[in-house]
Amino acid sequence: MSVMTREETEALIQEVLEVYPEGAKKDRAKHLTVNDHEVEQSKKCITSNRKSLPGVMTIRGCAYAGSKGVVWGPIKDMIHISHGPVGCGQYSRAGRRNYYVGTTGVNTFGTMNFTSDFQEKDIVFGGDKKLAKIMTEIEQLFPLNKGITVQSECPIGLIGDDIEAVSKKTAKEIEKPVVPVRCEGFRGVSQSLGHHIANDAVRDWVLHNRDNDSSFESTDYDVTIIGDYNIGGDAWSSRTLLEEMGLRVIAQWSGDGTLAEMENTPKAKLNLLHCYRSMNYISRHMEEKYGIPWMEYNFFGPTKIEESLRKIAAFFDETIQANAEKVIEKYKAEYDAVIAKYRPRLEGKKVMLYVGGLRPRHIIGAYEDLGMEVVGTGYEFAHNDDYDRTIKDMGNATLIYDDVTGYEFEEFVKKIKPDLIGSGIKEKYIFQKMGIPFRQMHSWDYSGPYHGYDGFAIFARDMDMTLNNPCWSKIQAPWLKGEEEPEAAAAGA
Amino acid sequence: MIRVKDNGALLFYIAKKDQEDEIASVEKDTETEWGGEVELTDGSKYYIDPISPPPTFPTTLRFKRAE
Repeated sequence: MSVMTREETEALIQEVLEVYPEGAKKDRAKHLTVNDHEVEQSKKCITSNRKSLPGVMTIRGCAYAGSKGVVWGPIKDMIHISHGPVGCGQYSRAGRRNYYVGTTGVNTFGTMNFTSDFQEKDIVFGGDKKLAKIMTEIEQLFPLNKGITVQSECPIGLIGDDIEAVSKKTAKEIEKPVVPVRCEGFRGVSQSLGHHIANDAVRDWVLHNRDNDSSFESTDYDVTIIGDYNIGGDAWSSRTLLEEMGLRVIAQWSGDGTLAEMENTPKAKLNLLHCYRSMNYISRHMEEKYGIPWMEYNFFGPTKIEESLRKIAAFFDETIQANAEKVIEKYKAEYDAVIAKYRPRLEGKKVMLYVGGLRPRHIIGAYEDLGMEVVGTGYEFAHNDDYDRTIKDMGNATLIYDDVTGYEFEEFVKKIKPDLIGSGIKEKYIFQKMGIPFRQMHSWDYSGPYHGYDGFAIFARDMDMTLNNPCWSKIQAPWLKGEEEPEAAAAGA
Repeated sequence: MIRVKDNGALLFYIAKKDQEDEIASVEKDTETEWGGEVELTDGSKYYIDPISPPPTFPTTLRFKRAE
């Protein structure tokens, strides 16, 4: 099937909406749109950051996921207590593959799960005493921890525990920062508010800790990587590029990050923001309080890397700008070889994306470098300003969906028949059973890194490995093959 | 919070609503004062008593909802 026209895409949206009752139909219609380059502001065509409808299958997470899972979790030398019942922490433990260097259980704690394991009596009588006891125990068992955060789960807010008071008291006792985070899962419509709450907690409890401490010597070339969670090593492959340019990366937020790095961030000259949605709040705060400029960059695929490197260099003097060109030149042979190898195998393939808060627009460039086309994209928890930027990156008349429901996504895929889907773990097996190649784009399907030039080579290999895997031609039972030849061929690709 | 965007426009950020929009027009924007009624590109309006001398951006200000 060739690329759809505007009318066809609109008709498809209408067709998919048909099954909903009147009210739900009206509401969902606002979240689905056809991309139009002439629209300047996304709010004219799409509504985002709204509560999901009861009764539909949403793929969103909760505020706790946004705080513990995304922002705080990867800080490796702090211990993050999942305060509440055991499940929230246990089922999300280490699922995001935020890589780090260190000895787990001794000086780093990234993949471990700490929980206060609430029982009925804690709900009835309150869990403050238990929390204080846990923190003292942690201090005895893991003396090399640099601080503790208390990540609240739903019951904490419901029973009204005063975790702030406990944290302050314990911080004095153990003489380390203890950060209470009010990220109860019921807050907000998605994990997006969890990011905001976590950012605010960083602002209130961490960022200013070393304001009067001048022992850290900063240089004119200090930058920080903000909003890179080092999934499969992403931050490392970004960091090497920046360092080759002559910049000094003084902090990584928060993949492979430490508490000390966070505290030293106000001493940077430029904050580089990869995930805008989860860390813009703190960048905004640092711009206002410390006058540190920040910019969003994109390290997916050579075209975007090149653009970003030049944009970053423009903040510094000519040496850095010359170095940026050198870096681009240095890797040119490498990424040209990657494109030469994989582009013929992937050319013209259609991709549909549905990821969290930045990848639906950031990885478009990487797919285009490989000659692939993104025909549909959507965010779980983006806000209007994210869609503003997406409109420019996406092709005209392509499909955009916000907080897509399980049903809608399936129907879209059935009609558009993309060659590849990039989405999360919850969608993966449905589409694989439907016989459509799928890559898990939240944690890179146990692969990665995908950032930077090194990452691009892995990205291209993975896409090829998935798309051109011989298994897709074996999806249909042999005795059914003769009857539906055309469809089998389409699925086989 | 208000900050200057790359293209020179003022970006209005409302933390409570997690909303980000450019400022479309400001009632009083002279060398001596800044403020009054501020209209955003999404059509919503906010009011602040004119500040003199004009504030330097980025800054956080307290606005009221204007009808």
